[in-house]
Amino acid sequence: MRYSALKILAEGLTGNRGWKPVWRTPEPKAEYDVVIVGGGGHGLATAYYLAKEFGITNVAVLEKGWLGSGNIGRNTTIIRSNYLLEGNQPFYELSLKLWEGLEQDFNYNAMVSQRGVLNLAHSDAQRDAYARRGNAMILSGADAVLLDRAGVRKLAPFLDFENGRFPIQGGLWQPRGGTVRHDAVAWGFARGADSRGVDIIQNCEVTGFTMQGGACLGVETSRGAIRAKQVAVCVAGSSSRVMGLAGMRLPIESHVLQAFVSEGLKPVIPGVITFGAGHFYISQSDKGGLVFGGDIDGYNTYAQRGNLPVVEDVCEGGMAVMPMIGRARLLRMWGGVMDMSMDGSPFIDRTGIEGLYFNGGWCYGGFKATPASGFCYAHLLATGGPHDTAAAYRLDRFRRGAPIDEKGAGAQPNLH
Amino acid sequence: MIIDHPLLGPRDAAEFTVLGDAALIHRPDGMAEGAEAAFHDYVYLRDNPAGLHRELWYHEQGDRSWLVVTRNTLTHEITEVALARDVARAEGRSR
Amino acid sequence: MSAPRLPGALVDTGETLKFTWNGRQMSGHPGDTLASALLANGQRLVARSFKYHRPRGIFSAGSEEPNALVQLRRGAAQEPNTRATVAELFDGLHASSQNHRGSLNHDLLAVNDLMAPFFSAGFYYKTFMWPAKFWEKLYEPLIRNAAGLGRLSGQEDPDSYDHGFLHCDLLIIGAGPAGLAAALAAGRAGLRVILADEDFRMGGRLNEESYSIGDRSGADWAATACAELSAMALVRLMTRTTVQGAYDHGIYSALERCTDHLADSSGKPRQVLWRIYARRALLCAGATERSIAFGNNDRPGIMLAGAVRAYVNRFGVAPGRKVAVFTNNDDGWRTATDLLAKGVRVTAVIDTRKGGTRDLDGVRVDHGRQILDTSGRKDLKSITMDGGIRVEADCLAVSGGWSPNVHISSHMRGRPRWREDTAGFVTGGELPWGLSAAGAANGTLTLAAALGEGQATANRIAEDLGHAPDRTPLPRAEDEPFQITPFWHVTASTARAFVDLQNDVTTKDIAQSHREGFGAVEHLKRYTTLGMATDQGKTSNVLGLAILAEVSGRTIPETGTTIFRPPYTPVAIGAYAGRARGRDFRPTRLTPSHAWALENGASFTESGPWMRAEWFARPGEQGWRDSVDREVRMTRAGVGVCDVTTLGKIDIQGRDAAAFLNRIYANPFLKLPVGKVRYGLMLREDGFADDDGTTARLSETHYVMTTTTANAVPVFRRLEFARQCLWPDLDVHLISTTDAWAQFAVAGPNSRALLSRVVDDMDLSNDAFPFMACAEVTVFGGTPARLFRISFSGELAYEIAVPSRYGDAMIRALMQVGKDLDVVPYGLEALGVMRIEKGHAAGNELNGQTTAQMLGLGGMVSQKKDAIGTVLSQREEMTRDDGLRLVGLRPLERSEKLSAGAHLLNPGDPQDMAHDQGWISSVAWSPTLSHAIALGFLKNGAARHGEVILAHDPLRGRSQKVEVTSPHMVDPEGTRQRG
Repeated sequence: MRYSALKILAEGLTGNRGWKPVWRTPEPKAEYDVVIVGGGGHGLATAYYLAKEFGITNVAVLEKGWLGSGNIGRNTTIIRSNYLLEGNQPFYELSLKLWEGLEQDFNYNAMVSQRGVLNLAHSDAQRDAYARRGNAMILSGADAVLLDRAGVRKLAPFLDFENGRFPIQGGLWQPRGGTVRHDAVAWGFARGADSRGVDIIQNCEVTGFTMQGGACLGVETSRGAIRAKQVAVCVAGSSSRVMGLAGMRLPIESHVLQAFVSEGLKPVIPGVITFGAGHFYISQSDKGGLVFGGDIDGYNTYAQRGNLPVVEDVCEGGMAVMPMIGRARLLRMWGGVMDMSMDGSPFIDRTGIEGLYFNGGWCYGGFKATPASGFCYAHLLATGGPHDTAAAYRLDRFRRGAPIDEKGAGAQPNLH
Repeated sequence: MIIDHPLLGPRDAAEFTVLGDAALIHRPDGMAEGAEAAFHDYVYLRDNPAGLHRELWYHEQGDRSWLVVTRNTLTHEITEVALARDVARAEGRSR
Repeated sequence: MSAPRLPGALVDTGETLKFTWNGRQMSGHPGDTLASALLANGQRLVARSFKYHRPRGIFSAGSEEPNALVQLRRGAAQEPNTRATVAELFDGLHASSQNHRGSLNHDLLAVNDLMAPFFSAGFYYKTFMWPAKFWEKLYEPLIRNAAGLGRLSGQEDPDSYDHGFLHCDLLIIGAGPAGLAAALAAGRAGLRVILADEDFRMGGRLNEESYSIGDRSGADWAATACAELSAMALVRLMTRTTVQGAYDHGIYSALERCTDHLADSSGKPRQVLWRIYARRALLCAGATERSIAFGNNDRPGIMLAGAVRAYVNRFGVAPGRKVAVFTNNDDGWRTATDLLAKGVRVTAVIDTRKGGTRDLDGVRVDHGRQILDTSGRKDLKSITMDGGIRVEADCLAVSGGWSPNVHISSHMRGRPRWREDTAGFVTGGELPWGLSAAGAANGTLTLAAALGEGQATANRIAEDLGHAPDRTPLPRAEDEPFQITPFWHVTASTARAFVDLQNDVTTKDIAQSHREGFGAVEHLKRYTTLGMATDQGKTSNVLGLAILAEVSGRTIPETGTTIFRPPYTPVAIGAYAGRARGRDFRPTRLTPSHAWALENGASFTESGPWMRAEWFARPGEQGWRDSVDREVRMTRAGVGVCDVTTLGKIDIQGRDAAAFLNRIYANPFLKLPVGKVRYGLMLREDGFADDDGTTARLSETHYVMTTTTANAVPVFRRLEFARQCLWPDLDVHLISTTDAWAQFAVAGPNSRALLSRVVDDMDLSNDAFPFMACAEVTVFGGTPARLFRISFSGELAYEIAVPSRYGDAMIRALMQVGKDLDVVPYGLEALGVMRIEKGHAAGNELNGQTTAQMLGLGGMVSQKKDAIGTVLSQREEMTRDDGLRLVGLRPLERSEKLSAGAHLLNPGDPQDMAHDQGWISSVAWSPTLSHAIALGFLKNGAARHGEVILAHDPLRGRSQKVEVTSPHMVDPEGTRQRG
């Protein structure tokens, strides 16, 4: 069913009774060419691009809960490509370009909204680092603008320019950055994959891998065994648990990142703003809620909830940089479990086990990567080789001494 | 969270800095054969269990003790807290 | 005008409070909420709904209110989305309606209501896609401006907030019948009790029902109980305090609203966020009534039945003159009898349950009937039942049953459990530490049972904690069984039937959502926005879930439930931040010479937690560059003094201190002689450079380490880790002494002359005290001090440390005795210029991504020992000969400036990241060389000195030729510092 304004008009006049299910509810088949483990954003995007770009449609996406219940369902919706390092920048820029055409591509309005991302700088050293990063972005074909104090004031006059403990000196602005309605991304990819023949199977938990002679021949699930020529794991947050079923240890820890939304307010924040001297970033949803977050709690956890010190820390950051939000009320807070990798960067790679592929380690940056992650993972599965922009996301990079460490925090997951 | 410090009693976890997996106590011998591979595993590969996890916490806003805290990563329940120095000794670290 | 109150109300009619609503003067009494006062003034239309802008009135009498959200106060204190039902009335209150274009009565956006057929669930996902560019330019701004509820002032919040900490044996959440009974029992048993209630009057529904307990009214009993509790030393009663969240290990957050009921906070904290450490907690938060979905069930005048009783009994306000009741349970009948008792006319009682026989004198009673539709756009006029029976009513009291307030119990992600008998979700799954529930929150919906359960549970907890239980018998209270036959929505209604009033989610939306495949509860919530409004679906979630269960042919337990997230009710962001805002966002550390620097024209800059002098302006200087250039020149030509106290200082003692340091630093440390200082490079265990500094050996077993300012804390942490966890038996002890010593760099050719006037009885000649020497000395006739001959500036230089308390005296004395030597203080900028001239790495180079090799220090990493990071520093990609190396750079055109962050490219190469050769990390204008200089990292840079390359800075629209040099740009041989 193609969606359009006309379709809405027609349905509206006939009692909205003609809408069809957005996806099928198929029974799993005994065998597929590709089984994707994980029906979150990245898994659904992988299925979509496998079908659309490579014509591979004998594909199943297995999801242990409801589709989109991964971190695609609980993030702060930011998209941007303001990365510094060679291994990252082109990949995130590919992702941003895919976002830009995505809605027309899958005929679903995910509300991709490029209202800009502004990173505030509070010291000379931070400005220098942003300048290096902004130049790297431009050299990779992305957009970046270095702002001085006056430039920041013009964009966001409500920031605290007078009384800050760490005064605002300027910032790095990416006008093409923005936000996306996160759930709609999952639904759009699911709809696009389903309509091309991909089986999306909800409430189907993978409990093991079928191994023979060091090769992976399929998966065991709560709904029976399924054979597959390729098994592509894509379960960020649970990567260690799932890959543990195949006997692999990963350079990943699971951590919780809390996120927050305020009551609905009339528009007050133009784009995305990040505080450079504390942990705080914020945007405002189309519905009017201030959507914000900060640092991870810092301890290993699989519980999708955090604790009070980080809540306070995040709100302190908010009040430090924009004290006008003091009387806005925080409506809801929640937590998502992140794959925190050892250098803060992800993996899209084959594993040492034939037929088994791994995509994970997205830290708290996985949402913006969704289209490129799916695109590059599909590329790897279909062609056998990494996509150019994801060539650095190899599992052996630590052995070689080539971490992709944007923060320079070293091998400590809770600092990335 | 509240950590029951073996010397100081219950303290708010906000007083601590968390490092992670207590396996970090077992630093390999850098002069041994195959040290690079051993250090790769030591530094980069972590047990990341959904359940009981032994981890290192540092009482930075307190007495500067490093502790080994056994905590469930599904429920956050803490079942054991020990001084890391005692644990390290018991597990064979010395000089 | 305000109507006279009904008898028996808990408002003080002896006093009148004036307030304005949308500019109109109105009045109420102490004890009123804004909602009760608005009703008393006949104001029934108070809001517009979110999506369709339908006229809405007051729906509830508590924090669950979905409709009556208002803008409270004015100016910077303006508070959007305030629930009128919990806003306490005060004299001079200003409130206005929100979310309408034009007036509340004539909202232009009400046109949305006519468009409703096209605004069905998720319609926006299916359109607004063409042409692509129109989204940001047209569609989205339209949607954004129409969406949102209230408006922030845009000004800084003028109020302050505080944080507090409390400890108790038992935290009781809610002071209704169960909570009060529990508090009495626990208090009498000797527990430390906190009893918190969100209302300004304790008692919960006892204040709102016509209950009697023993020989008095429920409200009286509650007041007596509170009086007894107030007299108990270990019991703390907290009104206006909402327990908002449950966290690990028995930690609860609670918000106390201290001045929200006053016209002005008078400088006191507006709210306090309490962190409560509770050994046990008892959830007595009561239950929230839910509605029934039928056609046009959202008109002003349609209210929850329990709210109608609250307005009548507690506030003495009749919400209508002709009240009808629609119910599926016995509470509807209680509403009718309460109204009749107060003399309010009841036009009908409609009970969906079939086969009932109950009658009410003089009141139309319909058993087994349903309401199909209502009339009256801005004010309810009538209701229509099946069979076309029309009854006049300006108020309809609806009761669809009660949902226990289990919210807090699901903050640990425990999934509530469905209880059939009272048709509600009760606590289930993993509960917060030590939490149990009693009373209506536990699904126990009758009075006597709630009192009994409160007392019994508290007694069980007391015994658990080693106290004897309280044996006081409870007073007699009514205990009619609560009967309900679930009834969720009227399927025969053709008009829209609202489930989530605030977000305008209808039964049709739920059915459509299910039809489109959004059958999981979480999908329903996300697709329709059910339960996503400011009330978190308190009145709507269970209803929506039940309707989903019905349309999908499943039971409610099979359908599942969403869980609640903290906070229980929305909390001002300012309250979570507390006092940590503005200048107090983070602590500020001042150097020992701060006061002196302030007196001497210094300007300051943030350096981590510190404020440091960046330069000392002198009269006549045109700008900061003048000052910095002068400070550099005068230091290099004479002598300068700089406060370097902020560097981390660690005292290291023990028989094994040398062995310890030898494992910490990548370069050898075993053989450092007593009286000598050595530069040390620390790596992280992953082989990247971590920190650098110097360590001095004061005696066989005593060392003093310095770290960079930025890494003082993490380095100390890592040293303790190595000491306690890696090598627990080494005899070594650490103390952070950063704050204990004031330390000054004294640099320049005249530094020796200056210090010889300061240090007592000591030969400072190059032979007696050479480069990298150190000693414990005294200054100015006996003040203890430490002297190090080290140099960051590249000049003949020293650092001298005195106990912090002498720091201020020391800087004054140095300046005094050095007057004739033209001694000059220099700040952070001059320090930076001199270190760049010398090619020393600092924060911009030691950024955690660089290796010893990159810094040109690869040779320092000893391969003969096992120090932290040695092994992994040798990995293949980190030891490539053609890797990045630190270089010096200067503009080919010497008059040009350089900019940090520019990338380096080979001339003629394409300008993209594939051809990137490195970047500029630090820049300065060198007064010594009279041109701009820079440090940067360049591929294979060590072999490229003399080359001309491109510094490319598209961000600032600049590209320039630069010459590669050694990073050591001034005195590369280091003769000055050794002189």
